[in-house]
Amino acid sequence: MNRGPSGWLLYGGLFCGLLAMVAPLPAGFDLARPYLLAMLLCYWLLEAPDRVGLGTAFLAGLAADLVSGTLLGEQALRLVILAFLVQRFRPRLRFFPLWQQALAVFALLLNDRLIDQAIHATAGDGLLPWASWLSPLVGFALWPWLFLLLDGLRLRSRERGT
Amino acid sequence: MAYPNTPAPRLTDGAGSTLPLLAYLAIATVLMVGDLRGGFAAQARQKISVLAEPVWWLAASPNRVFDAAREQLSTRASLQAENEQLRRELQVNASRLHRLLAVNEENQRLRELLGGTRGYRLNARLAGIIDVDLDPSRQRIVLDAGSAQGVQLGQALIDAGGVLGQVIEVTPRHSTALLLTDTEHAIPVQVARSGLRAIAYGTGRTDRLRLPSIPQSGDIQVGDRLVTSGIGGRFPAGFPVGVVESLQPDETQLFVVAEARPAARLDRGVEVLLVSNAIDGLDDGPPLPEPPQPQAEEADDAATPPEPSQ
Repeated sequence: MNRGPSGWLLYGGLFCGLLAMVAPLPAGFDLARPYLLAMLLCYWLLEAPDRVGLGTAFLAGLAADLVSGTLLGEQALRLVILAFLVQRFRPRLRFFPLWQQALAVFALLLNDRLIDQAIHATAGDGLLPWASWLSPLVGFALWPWLFLLLDGLRLRSRERGT
Repeated sequence: MAYPNTPAPRLTDGAGSTLPLLAYLAIATVLMVGDLRGGFAAQARQKISVLAEPVWWLAASPNRVFDAAREQLSTRASLQAENEQLRRELQVNASRLHRLLAVNEENQRLRELLGGTRGYRLNARLAGIIDVDLDPSRQRIVLDAGSAQGVQLGQALIDAGGVLGQVIEVTPRHSTALLLTDTEHAIPVQVARSGLRAIAYGTGRTDRLRLPSIPQSGDIQVGDRLVTSGIGGRFPAGFPVGVVESLQPDETQLFVVAEARPAARLDRGVEVLLVSNAIDGLDDGPPLPEPPQPQAEEADDAATPPEPSQ
C-alpha cells in the first residue's frame, strides 16, 4: 500500500498556499490573512514525514519570501522553526483530538508571529500592526476544516492509487 | 500490530535533527542579513524574483476576470453616461492644461533669466498596479511595467492626487514600488505657502506622514499643503505630497512634529504615472543628469534674453 500522498496534492497545495499569500483581500483584512502555507506544511509534516522535512519548509519559505517580498530568508527561517517544532512533537500532535490539535497549531502560529516580530524589530521596522496578531486566530478557526479537507483529498487519492 | 507499515521510530528523530535545523537557521540568517544590507542576497533576489511573476499573475487573475466581465456586461446607457462625463472632464482639463502651458513657458523664461539649473523636462509613463498584496507590514505595490518598458530604479510614482512613492526594484516585466507611507521611506518636501523645507517620513499607516524636527519658528500651520521640493533630485519638484493635519512639540520641546495626510490615494488605485526628470532634447537621458550639462545648453539658448535685463 502506498502511504505517501500524490505529489500533485502536496506541491499543488503548497503552491496554493503561496497564491493565498498574495491574493488581494479588502484593505484591513489583509493583515489578518491566515498563514495558509505554514498550516499546509504543518499538515504534511504530520501526515507525510518521509516526504516533507526541514528542507521542504526552507524551500517553501524562500519561495514565499520571493513572492510576498519579505526579506530573503525571513519566512524560510520562520517555517524551518515551525517544521522543527512539529517534527519534535509529531507523535503527540498526531493523536490529539482535532480541537486540541487546532489549539496546538494556534500556539505554533502564535510563536511564528513572535519570531516574525523579533525579525522585524531586528531589521529596524518596529512593531507589527496589531491586526496581524489576529492571523493566528483565523488560522485556529480554519485548521479543523483544512485538516478534514486535506484528509478527504488524501484518502481519495490513495483509494484511486490502489 | 496496529500499524504494520509504519517505520520504526527513528532514534535520531528527536535529538539528531538539531544539526540540520541549525544549518538551515544559519543559511536563512545569512540570507536575511545579505538582503537587508543590500549585499549578494539582494542581487540574487533581483535576478530570481522573475520566478515570482507567474504567481502574481495567477493571484491577480480572479480580479482581472471580474473586471473584464463587468466591462462586457455594462450597458450602453452607462457607457454613454461615462463617456459624456469623461468628455466633459477632458474639456475642463484641456483648458487648464493650456493655461498651465502658458505658465510653464513663462516660468521657463524666468528661470533662464535667472540662469537656473532646473531646465529638465518631465518624462511620464502610465503603468498599471497589479492587484496583489505583498507583505502587509511593509507598504509596497507591484507594477505591470518593468525594464522592458523603460522603468528605471528610483523613478517617482504619482497618481491623480499626488506623489505615491518610488520604484525600488525592477525586473524585466514587473517592478516593485515603495509607497510614501512605508516606514523606510522619506521624501523631501516644502510647505507650498511659506517655502519651509522639511522631510516627510512614512509611518506604516496609509493615512499618515510624519515631519519631525521642524524648528519652533518654522512657518507651518494646520491645513498647509506640502509639495515635493525637488532637493536630492529623485522626486521632481512641485508635486503635491499631503496636507498638514496636526502640529505638536516633540519630547525636547525644541522642535515641532507635524503629521500630514498623503494627497495620493494610497489604498487602492488602478493606474499610476511614472515620472522622472529628463534633459530637454534627450528622450532616454539619465534620470539624474549632472547640473552643468543643462546649464551649458541653456546658456546658448538664453544668450540673448538675459542681456536686456542687465
